[in-house]
Amino acid sequence: MTAITGDFASVPVLPKWLAPVLLLAFAYGVVPLIGSSYLFEAILLPFLALSLAGVGLNILTGYAGQVSLGSAAFMAAGAFAAYNFNLRVEGLPLIGSIFLAGIVAAAIGVVFGLPSLRLKGFYLAVSTLAAQFFVQWALTKFSWFSNNSASGVIDAPRLSISGFALDGAIGRYLFALTIVTVLTFLAYRLVSSQTGRNFIAIRDNETAARIIGIPVLKTKLLAFAISSFIIGVAGVIWAFAYLRTVEPDGFDLDRSFQILFIIIIGGLASIRGAFFGAALIVVFPLALSRLGGFLLGDLFDSGVLDMSQRIVLGALIILFLILEPDGLVALWDRVRRRLLFAWQST
Amino acid sequence: MPLPNYTLGVMDASVYAPEVFARGLPSDQRPEQSFEYAAKPAGSIADAASPLLALQGISLSFGGVVALADIDLSVLSGEIRAIIGPNGAGKSSLINVISGVYRPDRGHVHLDGTSYAQVPTQRLAHLGVARTFQNLALFKGLSVLDNVASGLAYKVRSNFAGQVLGIGRSRGEQRDSRSRAEQILEFLHLTAIRDRLVGTLPYGLQKRVELARALVAEPRLLLLDEPMAGMTASEKSEMAAFVRAARDRFGTTVVLIEHDVGVVMGLSDRIAVLDYGRKIADATPDEVRNDQRVIDAYLGVASDNEDGAGI
Repeated sequence: MTAITGDFASVPVLPKWLAPVLLLAFAYGVVPLIGSSYLFEAILLPFLALSLAGVGLNILTGYAGQVSLGSAAFMAAGAFAAYNFNLRVEGLPLIGSIFLAGIVAAAIGVVFGLPSLRLKGFYLAVSTLAAQFFVQWALTKFSWFSNNSASGVIDAPRLSISGFALDGAIGRYLFALTIVTVLTFLAYRLVSSQTGRNFIAIRDNETAARIIGIPVLKTKLLAFAISSFIIGVAGVIWAFAYLRTVEPDGFDLDRSFQILFIIIIGGLASIRGAFFGAALIVVFPLALSRLGGFLLGDLFDSGVLDMSQRIVLGALIILFLILEPDGLVALWDRVRRRLLFAWQST
Repeated sequence: MPLPNYTLGVMDASVYAPEVFARGLPSDQRPEQSFEYAAKPAGSIADAASPLLALQGISLSFGGVVALADIDLSVLSGEIRAIIGPNGAGKSSLINVISGVYRPDRGHVHLDGTSYAQVPTQRLAHLGVARTFQNLALFKGLSVLDNVASGLAYKVRSNFAGQVLGIGRSRGEQRDSRSRAEQILEFLHLTAIRDRLVGTLPYGLQKRVELARALVAEPRLLLLDEPMAGMTASEKSEMAAFVRAARDRFGTTVVLIEHDVGVVMGLSDRIAVLDYGRKIADATPDEVRNDQRVIDAYLGVASDNEDGAGI
């Protein structure tokens, strides 16, 4: 009896803000000093953009329970909207373009979220495919969106905030890190607010939610709007900070699936989960190509790499769904508890 | 900054909805009176002691299957009204009609003087009606406290931006809904498990959390769909005590469906008996117990078992 209560009482409860604050101090203070350009360009920038997209999708799918396969479309909408605001509105600061781009993505998200008022599960997922195909089609079809560029490719503008240029790898990293930090913090506040609890209520039992007076339709559309806003801003980071030149084809269905995998592997209904999942998705192909090159040498060309990536990733997702449906986050929490407990009992 | 419609939460629990106390007489003072009202045609419900809820000629069928046939029912303020009947008698359908989940084919639901062809489900909480479900309908991903606090979500007027930034009325609302949820948890002896995820609780406790979620909104009418289903005998009597305590403390009118006739007899003021979608009796527990049609239809052929022992 005492042993059982003792377990919980004696594990040191660190303040909840401590880990994120330490992590941020490391990300701002140490990483820029020691990171190589490869680390920023190939790992951290895509990691940040995909993490943010994962946070956005997790609000919609993990918390509000509305499955979406249109994430890449909302990223594209954000990226192209920011490009056009930046290009066509004189004197609009970069942050203003990004915010307005998020609003545009949110509006498109609400439009394609309307079917969610009648559809659930698979059927809703299929209907969000419409967003995926429509946005990609519109951006390719109407060259106005890409400022009449022949191939639909857009080039990112120079990144600067109040005259302070952020064009180098480190600058773009700090730019992306700041946006991701701010939006993630707001997302965290959201999911622990009454609105966030309404999202969960609708996910867990829509009839009960309606009976107790939660405005179901409004809340669902709000989830689409907020989620698409965040995914749209993630699209801006993807286009402006990471790739610097993007075309509509870069935001295809594969990207939507990638973001869905991120939140499934990382952990549904968990803000941290998006970061865990994105880290795995970004690092995993790099690690696989290194490993393959090391083991098989020249046999391991890009075709084989691409194929083996898909195979291993697919197997990984199946494994996760079976063994740890709550994702890497649950795994991490369990390991950490064990370690803390082991450390306590020594 | 305290808000006008949230002041109740910070007051002492004993002053919840005093006007309900004034309307609802203690049950032992009005048995004869209640029969008069039950017998009255539902058209004359506008007088002073009008029933809180009246069903008038409710019929409902699914395809060719008649679930409810021409049901009249009146529920007075402050009474505990049981609806019993064998499986498939239409009890849950009736609750679903009252809460607007189903739209009856014919008939009207009069709620506090207003007549509805279909009760607007989305406005149910605003109308002062709360319900529980036969199969648990809790939010598994939320803690006990958050589940109960969600019963107050219909009152929230702050928007998400205010809540995210912690500005405007959102802080006061958050504080009030928490404190009211905590009062209800204490009332139902759930305080010890307030931070547990509701999905990890045993069945009987989940039922009680669902009652707490319904009660936190201080409804005038509480619909309980088999609140004691699947419970042990001691859990059942505990639950019955909570239902009675809720009525006594908040003046809530209770309509409940239950299979366990023994519990119902002890708990309710009046009992309506359904069989194959028809109301075959509507009287006090004692009269229902001795009603030959009820005994035949519901209790089986047990006419020698006059005092209802063992049912």
